[in-house]
Amino acid sequence: MGSWEKRILKSLNSMCTELSIPLARKRPVGEQKELLNKWNEMGTDEPDLSLFRPVYAPKDFLEVLINLRNPNYENGDSLSFRTHLGLIQVPLKVKDIPELKEFFVELGLTTGQLGIDDSTQVPPELFENEHVRIGQKVLAEQDSAAAQQYVRQGSPTALRAELWALILNISSQPEDILYYEQLKTNVIQHDLLVDSLIYKDVKLTASNDDYYFVFEDYLYQVLLCFSRDTSVLGHFAYSSASPPKSYIRGKLGLEEYAVFYPPNGVIPFHGFSMYVAPLCFLYHEPSKLYQIFREMYVRFFFRLHSISSHPSGIVSLCLLFETLLQTYLPQLFYHLREIGAQPLRISFKWMVRAFSGYLATDQLLLLWDRILGYNSLEILAGKILAAAVFAFRAVNLMEVTSLAAAEAVLADLSTLKVMPLLQIFLFATVT
Amino acid sequence: MSRPKNQNYKGHGLPKGKEREGEWDFYWCDVSWLRENFDHTYMDEHVRISHFRNHYELTRKNYMVKNLKRFRKQLEREVGKLEAAKCDFFPKTFEMPCEYHLFVEEFRKNPGITWIMKPVARSQGKGIFLFRRLKDIMDWRKGTAGKKLTSLEAQPARSAINPSGSHDTRSSDDQKDEIPVENYVAQRYIENPYLIGGRKFDLRVYVLVMSYIPLRAWLYRDGFARFSNTRFTLNSIDDQYVHLTNVAVQKTSPDYHPKKGCKWMLQRFRQYLASKHGPEAVEKLFSDMDNIFVKSLQSVQKVIISDKHCFELYGYDILIDQDLKPWLLEVNASPSLTASSQEDYELKTCLLEDTLHVVDMEARLTGREKRVGGFDLMWNDGPVSREEGAPDLSGMGNFVTNTHLGCVNDRKKQLRQLFHSLQGQKKVPS
Repeated sequence: MGSWEKRILKSLNSMCTELSIPLARKRPVGEQKELLNKWNEMGTDEPDLSLFRPVYAPKDFLEVLINLRNPNYENGDSLSFRTHLGLIQVPLKVKDIPELKEFFVELGLTTGQLGIDDSTQVPPELFENEHVRIGQKVLAEQDSAAAQQYVRQGSPTALRAELWALILNISSQPEDILYYEQLKTNVIQHDLLVDSLIYKDVKLTASNDDYYFVFEDYLYQVLLCFSRDTSVLGHFAYSSASPPKSYIRGKLGLEEYAVFYPPNGVIPFHGFSMYVAPLCFLYHEPSKLYQIFREMYVRFFFRLHSISSHPSGIVSLCLLFETLLQTYLPQLFYHLREIGAQPLRISFKWMVRAFSGYLATDQLLLLWDRILGYNSLEILAGKILAAAVFAFRAVNLMEVTSLAAAEAVLADLSTLKVMPLLQIFLFATVT
Repeated sequence: MSRPKNQNYKGHGLPKGKEREGEWDFYWCDVSWLRENFDHTYMDEHVRISHFRNHYELTRKNYMVKNLKRFRKQLEREVGKLEAAKCDFFPKTFEMPCEYHLFVEEFRKNPGITWIMKPVARSQGKGIFLFRRLKDIMDWRKGTAGKKLTSLEAQPARSAINPSGSHDTRSSDDQKDEIPVENYVAQRYIENPYLIGGRKFDLRVYVLVMSYIPLRAWLYRDGFARFSNTRFTLNSIDDQYVHLTNVAVQKTSPDYHPKKGCKWMLQRFRQYLASKHGPEAVEKLFSDMDNIFVKSLQSVQKVIISDKHCFELYGYDILIDQDLKPWLLEVNASPSLTASSQEDYELKTCLLEDTLHVVDMEARLTGREKRVGGFDLMWNDGPVSREEGAPDLSGMGNFVTNTHLGCVNDRKKQLRQLFHSLQGQKKVPS
């Protein structure tokens, strides 16, 4: 674990040295003024980013996970089938389908769902109208726990922004807005090396997305502030990761001269901006958008790119995925393995990004409804969803003969309907 | 995908209608061909052609405005002020140079606002500029001095075809001044457009008119929002990239990245608005747009030369302002059918396929259908209700129009069901 973090930091430092750019510098006044003027349209800036590379990409992270071993674990003589076939070789406890069914009981076939029971064929009186009415009631009473329970069945489009804010306990108080403004000032006054990484990421991912390109400017306004937000350091208390440290020049190793770098302790990787992009659909006021994103990050997203044994951590999610696939679609699993297309290699990137950029936005938001509702990532990035996707395209996948072909079958998820997939996989599969 | 001509039709597996030059059953033609050949081309009963002879009554900005103004007056006379007010979806427009004096009067009443000058007949954003001072027009007028052209050459011969000509010929004073190469309209610029991500956009919507008398019009469910590549500001009215949202203009912008495509499908746009403003506001907006389509078609109903061989697929350009009011920018008789992305390609292919289904050369339809693929019958000599059975016009609250713009377009499934049931019907001997 520690070595991965060391590697990231080393990569960052060497980029710094190669390009002769300091990790941080104070901006001259003229530059500050210019940035302030351009604050709402930073996307029009086209700095030369060709020399910057993302510090790491999801596939690099996957390699690390694959090589994780628990030195204390004794396999014994009876080699378990499972630990040999998947990529993840760490024995963590993950739920099996009966347990998942219990955990996700509200997704069952007999319960109404948005994403299924609001489709055009189903008359709204059957489910949708009542569901909307309940949602309005929950909002009127400002009941956070009820809201969380409520969104397990999906949130109506018009109520979603408020419901999520309620669940995440975000209410734009003056002090919150002030805090955001303070971060913004921070951005104006100091330039960080990570800023360039953020720019590059946004340009490479969100700006090229058919739908999120419109929100490019908001992404800078959120992410640049985010990297300076030291309150984010708080999440490391319950994360097994630790924030990278940097030392004031000349004082290497001396703890009193250590600073966290970047200030929020989070080094962005390739695709990081996609955590923010879907939220732009719901929130348009920068400080509110910022708060929502930050809360989503410290509750959920951080688990997707740090190594831990938490059931919602990426390692567990990967294992859950492989286990589900291997247990319930063994033929498919073995076939893919034979042709060198380990399923995890394909689905990993979906999960790390919580499916952002892979699913159509409305489907993605329905999925994130459930993440909030169950306070768990198991559903999405849920290995479960990933497994369901494989199941759905199983027929085609059985016919492919190469990793590239498998990738092709699974390249475009934009037409998938999330909820029916999940239901079928969880509740309709013969176990 | 380039603009289809007869070849497109062949793809439908129907007998080739064109052996020799001049022998065809279906022609997706250019407006220039139409202008030259329509009047002396004989067409059999079953033949179909994709334009109305004088479509420019709707699609040329100066004519459209005239027809709308006249229609509005008529509504005010016959029905009342409220109904006439429903025609207030186009920004105040003056034809140049003949309405120059009227324009100046309006200009002086509203100092400081921005106006936009558009050539009457060009497309793709060419020749358009913004201005705030009369001086800017003076300069422009002087700039075109020396280019003499009679006004007849700039416009098609109208008087012969349209006896009710709503042309105002201005005094000869105006004729003395240099007439620009083409006619322009000066239009009030909408300074508070609705912005998404700080960017201005307009909507492209497709309306298929099968006949004007009676008026039968279909509305396609899909369409798209076209974004300007740069952030909107009134500071730089010279920067046409900021203000003009045509993809053709955007493609020349230094910011343009072809991969981006800068378009949103209407479904996405509708969802975005719904999550921001709630479903009722969105319903109202789309209902106001329905009103634009119907009223604009009604305004030229009596003027368009009705011909049972003709049909036309229009591309409507709509701008939404910050109060969620839709404005009509213009109507295109030959909407671009080139695709800027895979999604775009699919939309346009399906659009064309469904157009052909509605035109129904094979005479498969009964004529009572309210939906064919992605097209919903919007107007059939009267409003069309979503409900089955005769429309209940008395209860205003109950009537829901049969339009689904920006809604789910499960056209394949619908077409399957439609043709399956049609086959079933035909099997029964009469």
